[in-house]
Amino acid sequence: MTMFHDKGRIHNWPYTVRYGNEQRVETDVLVLGGGIAGVWAAIAAARCGARVVIMEKAATVRSGAGGAGVDHWQWAADNPASGVSPEDLTEALIENQGGYRNGISTYIQCASAYETLVEMERMGGKVRDTDGEFRGAEFRDDASKLLFAYDYTNRFVIRVWGADYKPLLRKACKRLGVRILDRTAATGLLTSGGQHGGRVVGATGVNCRTGAFVVVKAAAVILATSRPQRIWTFSSELRGLSTFRPPSDAGNGYAMAWRIGAKLTMMEKSMRSAFGSAYSFPAYGSGNAINTWYPCNIIDANGKAVPWVDCNGRLLESVSERCRPAEGQKFFIMGGGSSSLPHPGLKQYLGPKPIPDLEQRMLRGEFSPPFYADLTSMPDSERRVIWGLMVGNEGKTRIPVMKTYMQSGFDPDKDMLQTYDFLRGSGMREPVVPQERTFGESGVCGGLLVDWDLMSNVPGLFGAGDLVFGGQDHSHAAATGRYAGARAALFARRQAAGELCAEQIAREKQRVYAPLAKQGARSLDWKELNAGIARVMQNYCSEPKNDELLRLAQDWLMDIEENEAPLAAADNPHKLMRTLDVLDILTCAKIITEACLARHASSTHLHFNRIDFPSLDPPEWHKWITLRKGSRGTEIDDMPIAFWGGLERNYRPRHRENLEAMGKK
Amino acid sequence: MEKTATSTTPTEKSDVGNGTADAVYATPNATTPGQPVVFDEAICTGCDICVYVCLEDVFIPNPVKGKPPLILFPEECWYCGPCVEDCPHEGAIRINHPLQQRVRWKRKSSGEHFRV
Repeated sequence: MTMFHDKGRIHNWPYTVRYGNEQRVETDVLVLGGGIAGVWAAIAAARCGARVVIMEKAATVRSGAGGAGVDHWQWAADNPASGVSPEDLTEALIENQGGYRNGISTYIQCASAYETLVEMERMGGKVRDTDGEFRGAEFRDDASKLLFAYDYTNRFVIRVWGADYKPLLRKACKRLGVRILDRTAATGLLTSGGQHGGRVVGATGVNCRTGAFVVVKAAAVILATSRPQRIWTFSSELRGLSTFRPPSDAGNGYAMAWRIGAKLTMMEKSMRSAFGSAYSFPAYGSGNAINTWYPCNIIDANGKAVPWVDCNGRLLESVSERCRPAEGQKFFIMGGGSSSLPHPGLKQYLGPKPIPDLEQRMLRGEFSPPFYADLTSMPDSERRVIWGLMVGNEGKTRIPVMKTYMQSGFDPDKDMLQTYDFLRGSGMREPVVPQERTFGESGVCGGLLVDWDLMSNVPGLFGAGDLVFGGQDHSHAAATGRYAGARAALFARRQAAGELCAEQIAREKQRVYAPLAKQGARSLDWKELNAGIARVMQNYCSEPKNDELLRLAQDWLMDIEENEAPLAAADNPHKLMRTLDVLDILTCAKIITEACLARHASSTHLHFNRIDFPSLDPPEWHKWITLRKGSRGTEIDDMPIAFWGGLERNYRPRHRENLEAMGKK
Repeated sequence: MEKTATSTTPTEKSDVGNGTADAVYATPNATTPGQPVVFDEAICTGCDICVYVCLEDVFIPNPVKGKPPLILFPEECWYCGPCVEDCPHEGAIRINHPLQQRVRWKRKSSGEHFRV
């Protein structure tokens, strides 16, 4: 019997509880969050000769959205077989988001994703088809033995065997002497003299099993704690299934940065959730034709194939044509997906996909549901690469889908996997209601505003990975982590650490342990608090928006902050950590609402619909809105879209300096 | 780490119909999904590697040494799989998708349907 509720047994907390016990650590570079971005940052900083500490809420060996694996190494325009330059790819990716994408971090990704992957290979990761498993396949480059996805002509997305990358990265951290504090949730940033907006001098954390407190003094801090989930979609019963990214991603870094006066941007963007919801299916575990499954055949109940079209609407005869740019197109960005999911991207970068009017044709009787993803009719190498390399290495599919389904008898050579809501959804499902939104489930979203050092407006505070505004993906986390690690180490070398403020630490300690003292008749569980916040966001910060609704959201959230949040109670260290997560989610929800109030125009690319400002993407609103907590309330400002200036010109000298510094170890 | 156990042990038996049942307790409803993974007690050695790797910390070590971990927070499971992937004993732990997440497939040659 392995369930807690079996036969009414109640067990003592299995770990020694040390509430209030304080541990002090000193380092040069402190990394908060040990996911993909965090470990790459730690490795880079350690290579520069810095002393490094990682604070990680779970266990670094597998933590983070990419801890269980990765199959696509995106936007590696620096690989030897690429037909597109890093500049052209970055510009295309920005243009495809209507300008609302981070030019700095996207360029770092496009210009050094392959270089980063080669470093992964040196750490023991499998990157190339060295055994000739896919010899002869059209997605294989015989010179480099690299395998590519999507656009086989231009070859800038690499298929990789990433299931064991995370344990290898952790091993590299250990080899380089990085000190890892696992099961330690970062709670707050410390500033010089406790001053708001002052130089960062460290951070505090709480152990999720023992409840012990830790204070780390550092010369530089890198935030790598991913994006907030559970802002709109939260099911108290199916909490782990409510999100596409790990549910532990509670926007801790956003809230911590906010509290000390760092600037955030693009916080007004949110979109309908395509993957994460308690009512979806295992990710990439039902019939689909996107990402991991691109470009799989889809057939109807009678075996009739669903045709594919290119961006010009031309019917594609072969599977091979789904992986080539259309006439007049230099290259394409991804593709596949649902037949009718609205795609705000530009036609010139749109990849092939199943026919957009499949639903209407099904209703006319041309196709009969249900539909299936049919691997059996795919060319041999495509079938083996999808149900093998891709499903076998992507996080959350290797075990939950490939191993589990095959144990139940699924055979990719014989069986066709049923689709659910393929007609209207991502190929996974479509949200039942538009209120089922997500801040950053996938795609680019808001986050920490950074400069070419990946440093925020707060001196010594750096960002990497998903938490940085307007960037995304595993290779983005790896490349920006590596870059930020080197920049932070160089910063720490030049600027001696500041002094900790005892009063600031005492205040944070009081905040962190407050939920332990709230046992009683009027207490609130973290799940109820989370669901309450999510309901406010569903009702008043969804689709469409107007000033009245958003002000109601603001009032409600403020009400919750004053009345219900103080009742949040925890009776063990795990629930204490979850309660602190929800308090950070509340902070994020408030920031999002303020950002929505500040943008007085609708925008296609921000999925932002203001009834009171219906004008769609007017030029005067084509800019970043930045928010920062000032000493007298929120300070709202704006920045021009391409504030980063020349890509190559800004990147190259820093990149050269990083490589020289990392050469030390 | 210190492990302690205080379990209430059923001491009484009460008759239910023709058979007997363990003592009846006042238990709350279980959360759903209730069992994200299933352990095979014959294979599991209680090494707690799954407890160590879990992203969401859903397990706690079993107070009885050598026994499979307890699933303390089943509804927090993200179904990512490292607990199975990193388990040194093949078959000791497997993913158990919730009933509402079970996917079907069709064998092309025969038209037969199967499911997870």
